[in-house]
Amino acid sequence: MAFKGQIVIDTEHCKGCGVCVEACPMKCIEISKNVNSKGYNYTHTVNDKCIGCASCAIVCPDGVISVYKVKC
Amino acid sequence: MANLDIVKPENLVYTKTKVLTDNVMHYCPGCGHGTAHRIIAEVIDEMGIQDKTIGVSPVGCSVLAYNYFDVDFQEAAHGRAPAVATAIKRLNPDCFVFTYQGDGDLAAIGTAETIHAANRGENITMVFINNGIYGMTGGQMAPTTLVGMKSATTPYGRRVDLNGYPLRITELLATLPGTYYVTRQSVHTPANVRKAKAAIRKAFENQKLQKGLSFVEICSSCNSGWKMTPVQANKWMEENMFPNYPLGDIKVDGKLCENITADRLVLDHPLTVVNK
Repeated sequence: MAFKGQIVIDTEHCKGCGVCVEACPMKCIEISKNVNSKGYNYTHTVNDKCIGCASCAIVCPDGVISVYKVKC
Repeated sequence: MANLDIVKPENLVYTKTKVLTDNVMHYCPGCGHGTAHRIIAEVIDEMGIQDKTIGVSPVGCSVLAYNYFDVDFQEAAHGRAPAVATAIKRLNPDCFVFTYQGDGDLAAIGTAETIHAANRGENITMVFINNGIYGMTGGQMAPTTLVGMKSATTPYGRRVDLNGYPLRITELLATLPGTYYVTRQSVHTPANVRKAKAAIRKAFENQKLQKGLSFVEICSSCNSGWKMTPVQANKWMEENMFPNYPLGDIKVDGKLCENITADRLVLDHPLTVVNK
Protein backbone atom coordinates (compact mmCIF):
# COMPACT_ATOMS: atom_id res chain seq x y z
CA MET A 1 0.00 0.00 0.00
CA ALA A 2 1.36 3.30 -0.96
CA PHE A 3 0.46 6.71 0.22
CA LYS A 4 0.51 9.96 -1.59
CA GLY A 5 0.79 13.19 0.28
CA GLN A 6 0.81 16.89 -0.13
CA ILE A 7 1.99 19.52 2.28
CA VAL A 8 0.66 23.05 2.52
CA ILE A 9 3.13 25.56 3.93
CA ASP A 10 1.96 28.77 5.52
CA THR A 11 4.72 30.73 3.79
CA GLU A 12 3.92 33.97 5.59
CA HIS A 13 4.69 32.35 8.98
CA CYS A 14 7.66 30.25 7.76
CA LYS A 15 11.06 31.44 8.97
CA GLY A 16 13.10 29.37 6.55
CA CYS A 17 15.16 27.55 9.17
CA GLY A 18 15.51 24.49 6.93
CA VAL A 19 14.90 21.88 9.63
CA CYS A 20 12.08 20.36 7.53
CA VAL A 21 14.41 20.11 4.53
CA GLU A 22 16.70 17.84 6.58
CA ALA A 23 13.81 15.86 8.03
CA CYS A 24 12.10 15.04 4.71
CA PRO A 25 12.94 11.44 3.73
CA MET A 26 11.81 12.00 0.12
CA LYS A 27 13.79 15.23 -0.36
CA CYS A 28 10.79 17.13 -1.65
CA ILE A 29 11.23 20.34 0.32
CA GLU A 30 13.71 23.08 -0.46
CA ILE A 31 14.28 26.63 0.62
CA SER A 32 12.86 29.04 -1.93
CA LYS A 33 14.73 31.93 -3.50
CA ASN A 34 11.71 34.10 -2.82
CA VAL A 35 11.08 35.78 0.50
CA ASN A 36 7.94 36.47 2.50
CA SER A 37 6.96 39.86 3.88
CA LYS A 38 9.33 39.43 6.83
CA GLY A 39 12.27 38.75 4.53
CA TYR A 40 12.65 35.05 5.29
CA ASN A 41 13.34 32.61 2.46
CA TYR A 42 10.41 30.31 3.03
CA THR A 43 10.37 26.62 2.14
CA HIS A 44 8.42 25.10 -0.74
CA THR A 45 7.88 21.69 -2.31
CA VAL A 46 9.97 20.90 -5.35
CA ASN A 47 8.56 17.55 -6.50
CA ASP A 48 5.53 15.33 -5.98
CA LYS A 49 7.25 12.47 -4.17
CA CYS A 50 5.62 13.39 -0.85
CA ILE A 51 4.28 10.36 1.02
CA GLY A 52 2.51 12.31 3.75
CA CYS A 53 4.75 11.04 6.57
CA ALA A 54 4.42 14.41 8.36
CA SER A 55 8.09 14.36 9.47
CA CYS A 56 8.48 17.94 8.24
CA ALA A 57 5.43 19.12 10.14
CA ILE A 58 6.53 17.35 13.32
CA VAL A 59 9.92 19.07 13.45
CA CYS A 60 8.72 22.47 12.22
CA PRO A 61 9.35 24.88 15.13
CA ASP A 62 6.69 27.27 13.92
CA GLY A 63 4.02 24.71 13.02
CA VAL A 64 3.47 26.16 9.57
CA ILE A 65 3.08 22.84 7.71
CA SER A 66 -0.22 21.03 7.23
CA VAL A 67 -0.07 17.53 5.80
CA TYR A 68 -2.67 15.84 3.61
CA LYS A 69 -2.47 12.17 2.72
CA VAL A 70 -4.42 9.65 0.60
CA LYS A 71 -4.03 5.95 -0.14
CA CYS A 72 -3.27 5.10 -3.73
CA MET B 1 3.89 20.47 -8.73
CA ALA B 2 1.23 20.70 -6.12
CA ASN B 3 -1.27 17.91 -6.13
CA LEU B 4 -4.26 19.93 -5.08
CA ASP B 5 -6.69 16.99 -5.36
CA ILE B 6 -5.25 15.71 -2.08
CA VAL B 7 -5.69 18.99 -0.23
CA LYS B 8 -9.14 18.36 1.23
CA PRO B 9 -10.24 18.50 4.88
CA GLU B 10 -10.92 14.74 4.99
CA ASN B 11 -7.32 13.98 4.00
CA LEU B 12 -5.73 16.19 6.63
CA VAL B 13 -3.34 14.18 8.79
CA TYR B 14 -1.41 16.88 10.57
CA THR B 15 -1.82 20.56 11.22
CA LYS B 16 -0.98 22.99 13.99
CA THR B 17 -3.09 22.33 17.06
CA LYS B 18 -5.75 24.84 18.10
CA VAL B 19 -4.25 25.02 21.60
CA LEU B 20 -1.52 27.20 20.08
CA THR B 21 -2.59 30.67 19.05
CA ASP B 22 -1.98 32.09 15.58
CA ASN B 23 0.61 34.57 16.84
CA VAL B 24 3.95 34.31 15.10
CA MET B 25 6.49 33.10 17.65
CA HIS B 26 9.29 35.51 18.39
CA TYR B 27 11.86 32.70 18.59
CA CYS B 28 14.78 32.62 16.17
CA PRO B 29 14.34 30.44 13.06
CA GLY B 30 14.99 26.80 13.96
CA CYS B 31 14.70 27.25 17.73
CA GLY B 32 13.56 24.17 19.62
CA HIS B 33 11.20 26.24 21.76
CA GLY B 34 8.62 26.31 18.99
CA THR B 35 8.64 22.52 18.68
CA ALA B 36 8.50 22.10 22.45
CA HIS B 37 5.55 24.50 22.65
CA ARG B 38 3.76 22.58 19.94
CA ILE B 39 4.16 19.14 21.50
CA ILE B 40 2.96 20.43 24.88
CA ALA B 41 -0.05 22.01 23.17
CA GLU B 42 -0.74 18.77 21.31
CA VAL B 43 -0.65 16.78 24.55
CA ILE B 44 -3.08 19.25 26.16
CA ASP B 45 -5.31 18.96 23.10
CA GLU B 46 -5.21 15.14 23.04
CA MET B 47 -5.94 14.85 26.75
CA GLY B 48 -8.82 17.36 26.44
CA ILE B 49 -7.58 19.41 29.38
CA GLN B 50 -7.35 22.82 27.74
CA ASP B 51 -9.82 24.40 30.16
CA LYS B 52 -8.11 23.08 33.28
CA THR B 53 -4.45 23.51 32.41
CA ILE B 54 -2.45 26.32 33.97
CA GLY B 55 1.05 27.04 32.73
CA VAL B 56 3.75 29.05 34.42
CA SER B 57 6.16 30.86 32.17
CA PRO B 58 9.71 31.77 33.17
CA VAL B 59 12.09 34.56 32.42
CA GLY B 60 14.27 33.88 29.42
CA CYS B 61 13.59 33.35 25.75
CA SER B 62 10.27 31.70 26.59
CA VAL B 63 9.08 34.60 28.77
CA LEU B 64 6.31 35.29 26.27
CA ALA B 65 5.09 31.68 26.17
CA TYR B 66 1.66 32.86 27.33
CA ASN B 67 1.20 34.60 23.98
CA TYR B 68 1.35 31.29 22.18
CA PHE B 69 -0.64 28.86 24.37
CA ASP B 70 -4.40 29.18 24.45
CA VAL B 71 -4.50 28.06 28.12
CA ASP B 72 -4.35 29.97 31.40
CA PHE B 73 -0.89 31.20 32.16
CA GLN B 74 0.95 32.92 34.97
CA GLU B 75 4.24 34.71 34.59
CA ALA B 76 6.66 34.01 37.44
CA ALA B 77 9.60 36.01 38.74
CA HIS B 78 12.96 34.84 37.43
CA GLY B 79 13.51 31.23 38.48
CA ARG B 80 10.44 31.11 40.71
CA ALA B 81 8.13 29.20 38.40
CA PRO B 82 8.13 25.99 40.54
CA ALA B 83 7.18 28.03 43.63
CA VAL B 84 4.33 29.73 41.76
CA ALA B 85 3.25 26.40 40.28
CA THR B 86 3.25 24.87 43.78
CA ALA B 87 0.77 27.50 44.97
CA ILE B 88 -1.42 27.14 41.88
CA LYS B 89 -1.51 23.36 42.18
CA ARG B 90 -2.27 23.39 45.90
CA LEU B 91 -5.11 25.86 45.42
CA ASN B 92 -6.46 24.12 42.32
CA PRO B 93 -5.68 20.44 42.84
CA ASP B 94 -7.88 19.39 39.92
CA CYS B 95 -5.98 21.53 37.45
CA PHE B 96 -3.02 20.39 35.42
CA VAL B 97 -0.14 22.70 36.23
CA PHE B 98 3.09 22.86 34.29
CA THR B 99 6.13 25.10 34.30
CA TYR B 100 8.11 25.81 31.19
CA GLN B 101 11.65 26.95 31.93
CA GLY B 102 15.00 27.36 30.28
CA ASP B 103 18.37 26.48 31.74
CA GLY B 104 19.16 29.99 32.96
CA ASP B 105 15.86 30.12 34.80
CA LEU B 106 15.62 26.59 36.14
CA ALA B 107 19.26 25.62 36.68
CA ALA B 108 20.82 28.95 37.63
CA ILE B 109 18.69 31.51 39.44
CA GLY B 110 15.91 29.07 40.21
CA THR B 111 17.98 26.15 41.49
CA ALA B 112 16.63 26.45 45.04
CA GLU B 113 12.99 26.56 43.94
CA THR B 114 13.53 23.70 41.52
CA ILE B 115 15.21 21.41 44.02
CA HIS B 116 12.79 22.17 46.83
CA ALA B 117 9.71 21.78 44.65
CA ALA B 118 11.09 18.41 43.53
CA ASN B 119 12.00 17.44 47.07
CA ARG B 120 8.51 18.30 48.33
CA GLY B 121 7.14 16.08 45.59
CA GLU B 122 4.70 18.62 44.23
CA ASN B 123 2.28 17.16 41.70
CA ILE B 124 3.32 19.40 38.88
CA THR B 125 4.98 18.89 35.52
CA MET B 126 8.19 20.75 34.86
CA VAL B 127 9.45 21.15 31.31
CA PHE B 128 13.09 22.17 31.19
CA ILE B 129 14.57 23.39 27.91
CA ASN B 130 18.34 22.93 27.98
CA ASN B 131 20.35 24.64 25.28
CA GLY B 132 23.55 25.09 27.27
CA ILE B 133 23.62 28.85 26.95
CA TYR B 134 21.79 32.01 27.95
CA GLY B 135 19.98 32.63 24.69
CA MET B 136 17.96 35.75 25.36
CA THR B 137 20.72 37.89 26.80
CA GLY B 138 23.19 37.18 24.02
CA GLY B 139 24.81 33.81 24.49
CA GLN B 140 26.56 34.02 27.85
CA MET B 141 27.73 30.95 29.77
CA ALA B 142 25.01 29.07 31.63
CA PRO B 143 25.52 26.44 34.34
CA THR B 144 24.75 23.86 31.66
CA THR B 145 27.39 25.12 29.19
CA LEU B 146 29.69 22.26 28.21
CA VAL B 147 33.38 22.14 29.10
CA GLY B 148 35.27 23.82 26.27
CA MET B 149 32.18 25.39 24.77
CA LYS B 150 32.58 28.98 23.67
CA SER B 151 30.10 31.57 24.76
CA ALA B 152 30.06 35.36 25.09
CA THR B 153 31.52 35.18 28.59
CA THR B 154 33.82 32.20 27.92
CA PRO B 155 35.31 33.20 24.56
CA TYR B 156 38.11 30.63 24.87
CA GLY B 157 35.80 27.86 26.02
CA ARG B 158 34.48 26.94 29.46
CA ARG B 159 37.29 26.00 31.81
CA VAL B 160 36.67 23.70 34.72
CA ASP B 161 39.21 25.42 36.96
CA LEU B 162 37.62 28.81 36.38
CA ASN B 163 33.96 28.13 35.62
CA GLY B 164 33.27 24.78 37.23
CA TYR B 165 31.49 21.78 35.82
CA PRO B 166 28.30 21.68 33.74
CA LEU B 167 25.31 21.26 36.03
CA ARG B 168 23.30 18.14 35.21
CA ILE B 169 20.23 19.08 37.15
CA THR B 170 18.11 16.31 35.70
CA GLU B 171 20.36 13.63 37.19
CA LEU B 172 20.44 15.63 40.41
CA LEU B 173 16.64 15.69 40.66
CA ALA B 174 16.39 11.99 39.87
CA THR B 175 18.14 11.21 43.13
CA LEU B 176 15.45 13.00 45.16
CA PRO B 177 12.60 10.85 46.49
CA GLY B 178 10.02 13.50 45.58
CA THR B 179 10.33 13.04 41.83
CA TYR B 180 8.15 10.44 40.17
CA TYR B 181 9.22 10.73 36.56
CA VAL B 182 12.49 12.19 35.28
CA THR B 183 13.56 12.02 31.67
CA ARG B 184 15.72 13.75 29.11
CA GLN B 185 14.52 14.11 25.53
CA SER B 186 15.29 16.22 22.50
CA VAL B 187 13.35 17.78 19.63
CA HIS B 188 15.80 17.86 16.73
CA THR B 189 14.53 14.93 14.62
CA PRO B 190 11.01 13.60 13.97
CA ALA B 191 11.71 10.46 16.03
CA ASN B 192 12.98 12.46 18.99
CA VAL B 193 10.01 14.82 18.80
CA ARG B 194 7.65 11.83 19.01
CA LYS B 195 9.53 10.44 22.02
CA ALA B 196 9.53 13.82 23.71
CA LYS B 197 5.81 14.13 23.14
CA ALA B 198 5.21 10.71 24.70
CA ALA B 199 7.32 11.80 27.69
CA ILE B 200 5.32 15.00 28.11
CA ARG B 201 2.08 13.04 27.85
CA LYS B 202 3.29 10.74 30.63
CA ALA B 203 4.38 13.71 32.71
CA PHE B 204 0.91 15.26 32.45
CA GLU B 205 -0.87 11.99 33.17
CA ASN B 206 1.27 11.49 36.27
CA GLN B 207 -0.46 14.52 37.80
CA LYS B 208 -3.61 12.41 38.12
CA LEU B 209 -1.71 9.87 40.24
CA GLN B 210 -0.59 12.42 42.86
CA LYS B 211 2.70 10.61 43.36
CA GLY B 212 5.20 13.39 42.83
CA LEU B 213 6.87 15.72 40.44
CA SER B 214 7.38 14.90 36.77
CA PHE B 215 10.39 16.46 35.15
CA VAL B 216 11.05 16.49 31.41
CA GLU B 217 14.30 17.94 30.16
CA ILE B 218 14.32 18.77 26.47
CA CYS B 219 17.72 19.29 24.88
CA SER B 220 17.38 22.00 22.31
CA SER B 221 19.73 23.86 20.06
CA CYS B 222 20.33 27.60 20.27
CA ASN B 223 21.61 28.31 16.79
CA SER B 224 21.86 32.08 17.34
CA GLY B 225 23.76 31.67 20.59
CA TRP B 226 25.96 28.93 19.20
CA LYS B 227 26.53 30.96 16.00
CA MET B 228 25.49 28.20 13.61
CA THR B 229 22.74 27.49 11.13
CA PRO B 230 19.76 25.58 12.58
CA VAL B 231 20.75 22.37 10.80
CA GLN B 232 24.41 22.64 11.87
CA ALA B 233 23.31 23.38 15.42
CA ASN B 234 21.20 20.24 15.54
CA LYS B 235 24.16 18.21 14.29
CA TRP B 236 26.49 19.85 16.78
CA MET B 237 24.05 19.11 19.56
CA GLU B 238 23.95 15.44 18.58
CA GLU B 239 27.74 15.17 18.52
CA ASN B 240 28.65 17.22 21.57
CA MET B 241 25.71 17.65 23.85
CA PHE B 242 24.36 14.11 23.98
CA PRO B 243 27.59 12.53 25.34
CA ASN B 244 27.30 14.94 28.27
CA TYR B 245 23.54 14.92 28.49
CA PRO B 246 22.53 11.36 27.49
CA LEU B 247 18.95 11.03 26.29
CA GLY B 248 16.42 8.67 27.79
CA ASP B 249 14.34 8.01 30.87
CA ILE B 250 16.22 8.29 34.15
CA LYS B 251 13.44 7.64 36.62
CA VAL B 252 10.08 6.09 35.79
CA ASP B 253 7.23 5.55 38.25
CA GLY B 254 9.37 6.65 41.15
CA LYS B 255 12.16 4.15 40.49
CA LEU B 256 15.50 4.70 38.80
CA CYS B 257 15.66 2.87 35.47
CA GLU B 258 17.69 -0.32 35.35
CA ASN B 259 20.29 1.09 32.98
CA ILE B 260 20.91 4.06 35.28
CA THR B 261 23.92 3.08 37.34
CA ALA B 262 25.68 5.15 39.94
CA ASP B 263 28.37 5.92 37.34
CA ARG B 264 25.77 7.30 35.01
CA LEU B 265 24.29 9.54 37.68
CA VAL B 266 27.67 10.82 38.77
CA LEU B 267 29.56 11.08 35.52
CA ASP B 268 33.30 10.90 35.85
CA HIS B 269 34.65 14.38 35.41
CA PRO B 270 35.94 16.02 33.34
CA LEU B 271 33.19 15.47 30.86
CA THR B 272 33.68 15.30 27.12
CA VAL B 273 35.49 18.45 26.12
CA VAL B 274 34.04 20.15 23.10
CA ASN B 275 35.92 22.35 20.68
CA LYS B 276 33.80 24.90 18.98
